[in-house]
Amino acid sequence: MSKILIIAEHLNGKLNPATAKCVSCASKIAGAEIHVLVLATDPAAIAAEAAQIAGVAKVLTHAHAANGNALAAVYAPQVLALASGYSHVLGPSTTFGKDLMPRIAAKLGVSQVSDVMAVEDSHTFKRPIYAGNAIVTVKAPAGQLVVATVRTASFPAAPGGGSAPVESVSIDFAAPTHTRFVGLEQGGGDRPDLQTARVVVSGGRALGSADAFKLIYDFADQLKAGVGASRAAVDAGYAPNDMQVGQTGKIIAPELYIAVGISGAIQHLTGIKDAGTIVAINKDAEAPIFEVADIGLVGDLFKVVPELMQALG
Amino acid sequence: MKILVGLKRVVDYTVRVQVKPDGSGVAIDGVKMSVNPFDEIALEEALRLREAGKATEVVVVSIGPQLAMQQIDSGLAMGANRGILVKTEQPIQPLTAARVFQKLVEKEQPGLVLLGKQAIDDDANQTAQMLAALLDRPQATFASKVEVDGNVARVTREVDVGLETLEVDLPAVVSVDLRLNTPRFIKLPDIMKAKSKPRETLELASLGVESGDHLVTTHYAPPPKRQKGVVVKDVPELIGALKAKGLL
Repeated sequence: MSKILIIAEHLNGKLNPATAKCVSCASKIAGAEIHVLVLATDPAAIAAEAAQIAGVAKVLTHAHAANGNALAAVYAPQVLALASGYSHVLGPSTTFGKDLMPRIAAKLGVSQVSDVMAVEDSHTFKRPIYAGNAIVTVKAPAGQLVVATVRTASFPAAPGGGSAPVESVSIDFAAPTHTRFVGLEQGGGDRPDLQTARVVVSGGRALGSADAFKLIYDFADQLKAGVGASRAAVDAGYAPNDMQVGQTGKIIAPELYIAVGISGAIQHLTGIKDAGTIVAINKDAEAPIFEVADIGLVGDLFKVVPELMQALG
Repeated sequence: MKILVGLKRVVDYTVRVQVKPDGSGVAIDGVKMSVNPFDEIALEEALRLREAGKATEVVVVSIGPQLAMQQIDSGLAMGANRGILVKTEQPIQPLTAARVFQKLVEKEQPGLVLLGKQAIDDDANQTAQMLAALLDRPQATFASKVEVDGNVARVTREVDVGLETLEVDLPAVVSVDLRLNTPRFIKLPDIMKAKSKPRETLELASLGVESGDHLVTTHYAPPPKRQKGVVVKDVPELIGALKAKGLL
């Protein structure tokens, strides 16, 4: 039987929704017993959140002064101390999980399956390669521990309503001091997080300037939406890096995605193809974004967006 | 300080890769091959550190077939001091790559290993982290800024919520993200100058590395296509369509 350990991602005492998506992935493995591990300085509140995720059998916590920031070099030995009791160790394919999980896999001497999109059986998974231009089915050796990251856009968050027991574990570990946290500069402000927002409005190169990009923020705020940007808009300096949606930025799956002045380069489309409904507003009727949009409107964004805002306001 | 940089030979980023109709692989025979773009950024950063007097030597490493010597050539033309090709005709997976780098690190003793955050073929995003783990050394992934001061590097990382800064003791492994720098163009005289730079070829089999190629790919498929939707003519129609879907 599969016994699965999921490493919880959290920030400022709050569980990241990516964790519930990992649970949803893990529950696709037949008969799995799912545990969530919370590493933190004070894990109680985070563990209580994790315990409510349906499908979780147990939440393990390890409180340690070195766990104030999610440093891979500090987290990895704590996970390794518990890993041998499990058939699978999973983390989200966010920058947190991408940073941490290979450090665990290498120490266990096993390959990692990156960006799991679908579970075929306990050791067989689908994942994207070549920027999503091909989907491969990969098999990990039977009987070998599986370390994998879960492509969060491919799985819905597991629902709440659970009440798993929380158990604190003791781990004999000396935290390495060779890696030190200096600071975190958070973007975004009060807006919904791009990766978990129900609605996302993104702006592209057609905005033409950082000033004009304010229109996207205003529109998003009216819809209570997260804000994204194409790589072209980021490269031109209209929007910060952490807003970039696409293969080299964030891969997202909101219910509604509104692409404003975005032509739709392949690497951008890779980042949005799991969105529920895609709306495209672009003055170029030939733009590739219209090939994937559920609803397209050919027009000047500087006229269409204000008109939309007025109609919805 | 010596800097080791990995250069993977991959299908050029401009090539639109297609899956073979029988699902046995991707059709990449005869397509243009290049240095993985993230690895080029890693090399550019290494060269800038050398030019700033923070490093004395930049060594480029590729693991691949004899043809990967072309990527070593590009690295030397960009400005690296010497190149090492670890030859293998079979494609390898990240754990094996990390074990090869571990061997080279033990031999070369670099202060810094700079790698791309991922290769644009398998998109695994693992090798740098695995190498740091095997060496029991610090890692700083997805770097958008790297400053070296004595035995310490200060690295700004592109993380989902913004920019995180870490301080790591050297030696360390750093994986680089897209916006760290813009790699320089190679000029013809650079190619001529690079001809005389030292190139070493090692057989992978001779390194005594245990294979970490545990994953077997059983099938390749094209990505599911989204259906083309409707085009509306104006804002009222757009709002109507969104309301019909229950989105407003």
